[in-house]
Parts: sequence; C-alpha cells; structure tokens
Amino acid sequence: MSEKKPALWLRIYALLAYAYIYFPILILIIFSFNTQKINVRWEGFTLQWYKVLFNDQNVILATRNTLIIAFTSTIISTVIGTLAALALQRYRFPGYGAAESLLYVPVIIPEVVMGISLLAFFASIGLTLGLGTITLSHIAFNIPFVTLVVRARLHGFDKSIEEAAMDLGANELTTFWRVTLPTIMPGVLSGALLAFTLSLDDYVITYFTAGPGSTTLPLRIFSMVRFAVTPEVNALSTLWVLTVFIVLLIGQIAQRSQSPQQTR
Amino acid sequence: MAAETSSVSPAPRFSLIRQLRESPHAQGLALISPTLIYLLFTLVLPLLLVVVLSFMTRGPYGNIIYRVNLGNYTRLMDTLYLRILGYSLLTAALTTVGTILIGYPLAYYIARTPPRQRSVYLFLILVPFWTNFIIRIYAWIMILRTEGLLNSFLLKIGFIQAPLDILYTPTAVLIGMVYEFLPFMVLPLYTSLEKIEPAQLEAAADLGARPFMAFLRVTLPLSLPGMIAGSILVFIPAMGMFVVPDLMGGAKTILVGNLIRNQFLTARDWPFGAAASMLLLILTLIFTLFYTRRAGFGEELLV
Amino acid sequence: MKTFRIAAVFVVFAMLIAACGGGQKPAVKSTELNLYAWSEYIPQAMLDNFTAETGIKVNYDTYSSNEELQAKLQAGASGYDVIVPSDYMITILKKQNLLEKLDLSQIPNIKNIDERFRNLEYDPGNEYTVPYQWGTSCLVVDTSKVSRPITKWADLWDPEFAGKVVLLDDVREVLGMVLAVLGYDKNSTDPAQLEEAKAKLSELMANVKLFDSDNPKQALLAGEVWLGQTWNGEASIAHSENEAIQYIFPEEGCTIWFDNLAIPKGAPHIDAALTFINYVLDAKNSILITKEFPYSNPNKAALELLKTEDPALYEAYMSFPATNPSDEDLKRTAPIKDIGEATALWDRIWTEVKGGE
Repeated sequence: MSEKKPALWLRIYALLAYAYIYFPILILIIFSFNTQKINVRWEGFTLQWYKVLFNDQNVILATRNTLIIAFTSTIISTVIGTLAALALQRYRFPGYGAAESLLYVPVIIPEVVMGISLLAFFASIGLTLGLGTITLSHIAFNIPFVTLVVRARLHGFDKSIEEAAMDLGANELTTFWRVTLPTIMPGVLSGALLAFTLSLDDYVITYFTAGPGSTTLPLRIFSMVRFAVTPEVNALSTLWVLTVFIVLLIGQIAQRSQSPQQTR
Repeated sequence: MAAETSSVSPAPRFSLIRQLRESPHAQGLALISPTLIYLLFTLVLPLLLVVVLSFMTRGPYGNIIYRVNLGNYTRLMDTLYLRILGYSLLTAALTTVGTILIGYPLAYYIARTPPRQRSVYLFLILVPFWTNFIIRIYAWIMILRTEGLLNSFLLKIGFIQAPLDILYTPTAVLIGMVYEFLPFMVLPLYTSLEKIEPAQLEAAADLGARPFMAFLRVTLPLSLPGMIAGSILVFIPAMGMFVVPDLMGGAKTILVGNLIRNQFLTARDWPFGAAASMLLLILTLIFTLFYTRRAGFGEELLV
Repeated sequence: MKTFRIAAVFVVFAMLIAACGGGQKPAVKSTELNLYAWSEYIPQAMLDNFTAETGIKVNYDTYSSNEELQAKLQAGASGYDVIVPSDYMITILKKQNLLEKLDLSQIPNIKNIDERFRNLEYDPGNEYTVPYQWGTSCLVVDTSKVSRPITKWADLWDPEFAGKVVLLDDVREVLGMVLAVLGYDKNSTDPAQLEEAKAKLSELMANVKLFDSDNPKQALLAGEVWLGQTWNGEASIAHSENEAIQYIFPEEGCTIWFDNLAIPKGAPHIDAALTFINYVLDAKNSILITKEFPYSNPNKAALELLKTEDPALYEAYMSFPATNPSDEDLKRTAPIKDIGEATALWDRIWTEVKGGE
C-alpha cells in the first residue's frame, strides 16, 4: 500500500483502538501486585505472588504442556492448511465443493460438540487420552483458520509472476519456494499466528481430549479461578505478556542492526 | 471461482500445465489431500458418531439408548428455540459489526505503516490474546462493575452523577465479545489490505477520484475478501459462544451455545444436544456457503 | 512426485497415531496415580507428602462439574484411578456400572469417618465410595447492606432487592429452591408443581443480578449483590474477608451434598488408588484439607486432632454455621436426587425462564 504517512485521524483512531486492547491488560498487570488474595479490591503492593508462581509445579508443568501442543499444532496445521488454500484458490477438482464445505465445519461446529465427538471417537478407537490426542484435535480446528487467512491473501494473486519464473526455466518447486511462498508469506504467518493464539487459549476441546497428566494452562487456570482470580493467575499472565514483548524487542533490535538502511 | 484461472486462461506458451504434464485436477487433489485425510479422521468420523447419536434416545441416567427415532429433531421445532436462535444471531451480528468498526481502520492503519513496522503492530494486536481468556474477562469485570474502575473514574471527573449499570447487561456482553473476537477480524482484513498496490490507488487518483471515492471504489472492494473471511471467523464462533454471556452477562440469557452445552453437561441429554448441534451446523454451513459464493471469493463483485 | 507426497502424508499421520498410542504396560506395583477431582479441592501439600511416603507419583487433573466427569467416564478409557463424584452422581455412575467396588479391608481408616456420614442412602455399606468432604448450599447475606434479618428464601422476592441477588447457575439448586418456597419437594417431577415454580421463578428474575456457580463470592465481596445462594465453602471464604457476610439456613430448607472418593471401572492402578484413599482418610492428612479448603470435613478423628494442632482454626471451623451447622440447621437440609426422565422438563423450564424475553 501507499508509503505516505497515515492521516492524523487514522493515527488517533488506531491509538484509541490499541488503548481498548491494552487497557484490560494493564489492569490485569497492576492487580498481579495486589496483597489481597481474593483480588477484588486493591489492598497493597507485594511481589509475593511471583514467588508463589515460580514454586507452583502444576503451573510449570501446564506451561510446558501448553507450549508443546501450541507449537506442534501450529506448525502442522499451517503446512496442511496452506496447501489446502492453494488447492482451493487455484484448482478445480472433483469434490471441490465438498472439500470447501468440510473446511468450514470446524469453524462452525460448537466447541462442545467437537470436544465430545473427538472424545467418543478417540475412546472408540482405543487411543490413550493425553498430549497426543489434544494436539491432534488442535490441528483439526486450526487448519480451517489457516486456510481462510491464506486464501484471503492468495485471492487476486498475480499468476503471471509465477509463469514468468517458469518461463525463465525454474521448475515447479523452485517457483513455489522462490516466488509463490514469499508472496503469500504474510498470509501464512498471520494464519500461523492465529492458529498459535487459538491453540494457546483453547479450553473446551482441550478439556474433553485431555488425559491424565496432560493439563494445559487454560485448564489449570480455569480450575484456579474457581477459588478466586488470585493475583498468582494475574502474575502468570503478566509474565507471559512480558516474555512476548522481550522476544519482540530483541527481534526488532536484531532486525534493525542487520539492515540499518532499509526503508523501502 | 479462483480455479477458473488455471482451467480457462493458459495460452500454450505460458502453460503451467504443460510443465507439470498433469491435469490440474490431480494437482488440486494432491494439495488438498492432506487436509481431507486429516479431517476424515479428526472431524468426519467423529461427527458421524454425533449424527448417529442425534437419532438415539436419552436413557433415564443420561445414558444413550439405541432406538432410532426423529424425536429430537421434532422437539427442536418450537418457537422457544427459534427465539433463542434469533437472539444468538443478533448478538453475533452486532459483534461482527463491532469488530469491523474497530478493526477496519486499525487494519488499514497497519497496512499503511512502513513495511518493517507492520509485523510489530500486528503482533501488538495478538499479544494480549496470549494471556488467558478467563483472566481477560475478569479484568473487564473489574473495569465495568458498579464500584469498578470506569465508574469511579467517571464519577470523579463529574461526567456522571450515579454509577452506570453496565456489568451483567447485554452491553457488557457486547463489549466483551467484540474484545475477544477483534483479532479474528483484523488479521484477515490486514492480509487483504496489505496486498493492495499503491499503483492501484494512484490510478484511481489519476482518474480524478477523491480520496474517499478512491477508498469506496478501489480499497473497499479489494479488501472485501478479507472482510468476509473476518466476518466468518467472528460471526460463527460468536454464535456458539457462551463463556462471555455467562460471565459478563450474568448468565441471565440462554444463547445457542448455552443450549447445546447444557444438553451435554447439565441435562445429560446427549442425543438432543447432538440434534441441536447438527441443525445449527447445517444452517450455518448453508448460510456460509451462500454468503461466500454470492459475495465472497467470487470475482464478479471485485471490480 | 504426487504419489510420494500422498505417501508422505500417510506416514506422518501414522507416526502421529503411533506416537499417541502409548499402550498399557503391565504393572506389578503401581508407581503412579491418576487423580481426577474438583479443582481447588485437594491440597497440594497432601499430594506431595503422599509421594514422599509411598513413592507413588500423583497426576492431579481437574473437572468442574459432575456431568463433565460423567462425560469422560461414559466415553470410556479415561485412564483415571481416583475420582471425587457427588452423591446423586454416584447413584447414576453405579447404575451405569462405571464404578469399581472398594476392597474396604484395604481402607482401615474408614473408622475415622463420623458415623453420620457412613452408610448413606446413595451408597449403602460404602460398597463403592468413602466420604471426602461435605457441605451445603444455602442463603448468604451481606448484613452491612441488608439491615433487616433474613430468615427465609421467600425474602429474595422482596422488591427492595431488585438487581441485588446472586443465584447459583444450576437448575437443580435454583428451581429446587423455588419449589421449596412453594412448599413442594425440591426433587419434584410433578409437571403442575414445576409449572407453578416456573412462574414463581420468572417473578424473581427482576431481582437477579447474576447466576454464578463458579465464583459467586466475587460479586458479593465487590458489593455488586447483597444476598443470594452460595456453596458453604464460598460463604466461608467471603466471611473471612468480610465479617458482615453471614450464612443462613432458611426456613424452607436447603441442599446438603457429599463428595466421595471412588475408583472408576477399569482404573489402571487400583492398588495405588486404595493406598491413596486410605491415606486421605488418615487424621493427620485429612486436617490439611480443612486447613486449605473451608468445606465441612466428615473425618471425626481429623477434627479431634485439629483441636490440639490448630486451636484457632478449630474454633473458627466450629463456630461458623457454614462449616459446622448445628443439628437444628441440618434438619432443614436435604440432598438433591437424580430425577431421571424429568431432567428434560427441568431443563426446558430453565431454558424458558432464561430465554423468555
């Protein structure tokens, strides 16, 4: 799009939108330092919840489980979902309509139904419930989200670039790696991000497909919250956000030092 | 649809097909097959179980009696359930409109920042959603309640005389729903806005279009696929959402999501729950396909 | 090329399935225990001690309703060894043949349980279960906001409490309470009585600020509501934060419930499960439960021990009616029973009241 600076009203609007997104997060962070365990009103400042958190074996285990599931399911669903987007956007084949409809089903289906149906299915084929079954389920609901986002990117994609590449002697695979993939990459990345976000936060389907010892963070937090939304839970969310910001910052600094001139 | 490009256009010299020496049918199938095989096992077969279940009967203990009948479907033909469906449709529609109102300018803004910053801005949208869902909802509860932060602030600056009653009302539900679904609108919107070449806008300007007209005639139509993808990602899950209405709306209304959840987890009537979900599934699928075929990824609307 | 790709997908999928399969290993003496219980209900300290003393590692996973538990068990192959279902659910699980009989000779500590809580109606002779905790769900009032004395459920209908009432988000508790107000059995299956209760409940809706089964104390402590219906444990926590919050056994009566340790059919580590159940019933272990979770403890020996170990806590436990109701209070309570086929009618009424705008 245009390289001109966005108009002032647009910048103000964006600022307000970001404020809407971040205001609850700010509140959440502030209340992670609250001394009141029940965390209904502000009582006083303390760091003790972070100490509690670091000693909470259950939370540490749940974090590990969550990350394993989120990374595995994101990678697999992004690859499979991108291929499906290419197929649907570029080709006609027997069963096209059926394939397209099928891809909407995981988006449409009420989570409880998907959870129960997967539970019944895994049980009937004798699969032991655990990290594996959760990951399989997450991939299933992630694929359509990736496909939808990548398709939006592919739509209107100029095929003549690819054809030109092939004319210059590149084979199908080279063209895909060198031309197609870089062009649709923003779509693939946002699809992957969406999948990762969904996987991190899923409760209902995870609940039904979980087995002994595979409790994830949302399951853990849901059970902690039944007592009260203690500041420990807030502390956990705070650390999570902080980690992402630090990673993001390092990435930016690295990028900047690599290509100081690049402005496009 | 998109596939037409490959089957209609190729002139012999540019032929992609010639190099692949295979029919596009086979290529398409090869690309889609991982998805189909995967979803066959994790979606189709499990769902067949649900379809079978929907024709069964609830046993006295919430167990399932294998006696085939249509009773569950006839039970659904009732104004009570229609009313619930209507209310859910309204909530989902308002949520979608809300996310477009907030999300479109935001996505547009991100797409117009320098390329290197875009990923950062995009990330900034997603980061809050890497905290936990329930915790975010509770943060909103703290903000919105009678003696909460918003009311204290508004009272202090003298903007209101008495605290606003927001929490546990439909307004609170909408605030929470729009918040939770915003990224699902912004991401696809950004994806299609980012793709628009400056040249296209310049061409419009050259033809004398004013910025607003250029937006209406060029940008908006070109971003339509993103908006449609976003609407699907927001509208449909919003239909089945029950956590936000329960926590921020005080669980005082029943939406489709609650209805189905209750059949499985309180009334223990799995067959009826299965029938209700099948009906919802079919209705939504028809709606989605109609919507996308008509306005969505079809070429005719896209100038 | 194409066939290769398809083949590759198959291989990956097969590997995934295989990786998830695992399979059962034949165990002589179990070193692991899969515990499936209510969230925030089993003290971590007790589990750690158990592992230290017996060498059995405990995986503690949680559910938040009896029906969630039933869904997992009904599907089969859950892999859990010890579960904590409530009274009415035990009736159901027994009828569905989803529970393993207990070998009571391996649970000698059952002698510690108060006679009053042994051999109850849902499990005569404790064939399948032993009590873990018990409690009630009655009337809670913030006396700093409500000046006049509240003694019965019927007070909730008073127009002065418009938008100030919290109720549990549970049809059995709420409609049961309304039936009791009307003078009927709270487990009624009579359509005429239920119809009357529906009308009465619709009248109450104007006063209801919210339904919440998970964390009703939150709205109470935040001053959002003044009175309503909660679990005894919620009331105890709220009371310890704000002394003005009182727990009342209303004239019309309220619910009593029992949560019990049980072993699901096909549990992979039955020996460890029995060891664990016996361990939990030991007095010195059981007081850890009362120290952390303010419900009522059926373990008589544990309460005796608590008296000497932590007199302050014992005093607080004995003096607050939510944890230690008097015999007079207990006479007003009755358990929820499974209503079989009438469940559909109850659910229908619930849907009508909530969806009836």
